[in-house]
Amino acid sequence: MSLIPDVLAVIGRFTIASLGAIGRLARFAGLAVSHMVRPPFYLGRVAEQMLHIGYFSLPVVGLTALFTGAALAQQIYVGGSRFNAESAVAAITVIGIVRELGPVLGGLMVAGRVSSSMAAEIGTMRVTEQIDAMTTLSTEPFKYLIAPRIWASVLVLPLLTMVANIIGVMGGFLIATERLGFNPANYLKVTHQYLEWDDVASSLVKAAVFGFIIALMGSYHGYTSSGGAAGVGRATTNAVVSAFILILLANLIITVIVFGS
Amino acid sequence: MSNAPTPAPTPAKIALTGVSKRFGPKVVLDGIDLSVARGQSLVVIGGSGSGKSVLLKCVLGLLKPDAGRIQVDGQDVVGLRGDARRRVLDKFGMLFQGAALFDSLPVWRNVAFGLMQGHGMKAKEAREVAIENLRRVGLNPDVADLKPAELSGGMQKRVGLARAIAAKPEIIFFDEPTTGLDPIMADVINHLIVERVRDLGATTITITHDMSSVRKIADRVAMLYHGKIVWEGPRAVIDDSGNPYVDQFVHGKADGPIQMDIKRG
Ligand SMILES: Nc1ncnc2c1ncn2[C@@H]1O[C@H](COP(=O)(O)OP(=O)(O)OP(=O)(O)O)[C@@H](O)[C@H]1O
Ligand SMILES: [Mg+2]
Repeated sequence: MSLIPDVLAVIGRFTIASLGAIGRLARFAGLAVSHMVRPPFYLGRVAEQMLHIGYFSLPVVGLTALFTGAALAQQIYVGGSRFNAESAVAAITVIGIVRELGPVLGGLMVAGRVSSSMAAEIGTMRVTEQIDAMTTLSTEPFKYLIAPRIWASVLVLPLLTMVANIIGVMGGFLIATERLGFNPANYLKVTHQYLEWDDVASSLVKAAVFGFIIALMGSYHGYTSSGGAAGVGRATTNAVVSAFILILLANLIITVIVFGS
Repeated sequence: MSNAPTPAPTPAKIALTGVSKRFGPKVVLDGIDLSVARGQSLVVIGGSGSGKSVLLKCVLGLLKPDAGRIQVDGQDVVGLRGDARRRVLDKFGMLFQGAALFDSLPVWRNVAFGLMQGHGMKAKEAREVAIENLRRVGLNPDVADLKPAELSGGMQKRVGLARAIAAKPEIIFFDEPTTGLDPIMADVINHLIVERVRDLGATTITITHDMSSVRKIADRVAMLYHGKIVWEGPRAVIDDSGNPYVDQFVHGKADGPIQMDIKRG
């Protein structure tokens, strides 16, 4: 009967809407990048945002990494001991943290904090006409509001991830030495042995990409918001949800490219 | 166009031809023709929701008209981008209806924003200019370091006004400059607008519902109704324009050709 054409129509509409959304986002991203690489650069604004994004995220990222590293070491010990592979704890912990958990969990935590607050701030500026006002004052909002946020986020996320990696490995170390009775010197030696430069490099590249996604999603949803307070609320939610999904997708893509072969 | 009864004395600073704008099915501007001569002060009147603010935003490029032509100093401005757009925007100052102050910045940085970010003025000098402009709109220097949220609505409006005129633009748009002010401050602001136009030779478009503003600042008056300019003429004749729309508006009567969309019980 008419069910199949209906389904096709729904799929068609959904596809068109999605392609439209992707197109708008791509255009926005292109515009943002083009403003990031051309003067004037508002360096003071970049520094301000780095403080806001990076420094104030340290506690939450640090705690996340500490607990995750500790839990990971404990799990590997429980699982691994069945195969008499206790020594694998240090190796798997460091690789798991540096390659995946440090950047991904750090990125997600910062996305929760920062994408939402960027979307709320820029969205409020949009619906109260502050962005229009800025334009009439000879200041390009992409340059003044968006480019500094993306720069700051791209620069700061690798630093945060570095901290998360160190604290995460330390979490594993603490569990292993305090609870599982490992030899501290030996644990550190194995950690060092198994950690390769490629792992660190991929960790930092991931972090920079996640930083781009975090600030882009916050800016995009804020900048395009409309419809008063409710619109800003929607923008905030959408910014966080889309940042989460894109971070996990980007992580998968980078992992497949770097470690897939 | 050439057989208009009173041709403008100087070439048009701003000229709109057939400008239309709709939001979804709702037609807001429906073929607007309007021109403002250099140094002239045009006041646009019209009911709430008739599209007056949208008209100004179209000229500034904040909204893109669906059809029509907008020229500033003879240059087409619809769809301009990048540096060309910036050069055109440099000519403008705008007071927004809701003031639209940057709520994260103190008052003086709001006023100095265009000077510092747009024109690279140093903070020390910009602060002095900002305080001078605040004084002009009747605000004390001690408000300079407050945040906009700490001011009353009328004070925010005046900060918005100070910000609009700080860079001495050639063209200034005032969207309801006296709404929310007491009658005395309203008169001060009207006076200030007149003075700005005289001192800077600025060209202005003012939107207002306040007939005392119209009488004080207008050289010419245009009335917007249902997306069209239904009347345009010099200030002197607004009281006996012979136009039923203008009559109804000027005398504030509920009965007349303008029907408010209010359900009567
Ligand atoms: N961004 C927008 N999206 C959708 N509709 C809009 C938008 N901006 C304005 N409108 C609609 O356009 C119409 C005209 O709005 P506008 O703000 O120009 O009115 P106005 O003449 O300035 O009224 P007022 O005197 O109350 O300020 C309104 O019906 C409004 O709902
Ligand atoms: Mg309005």
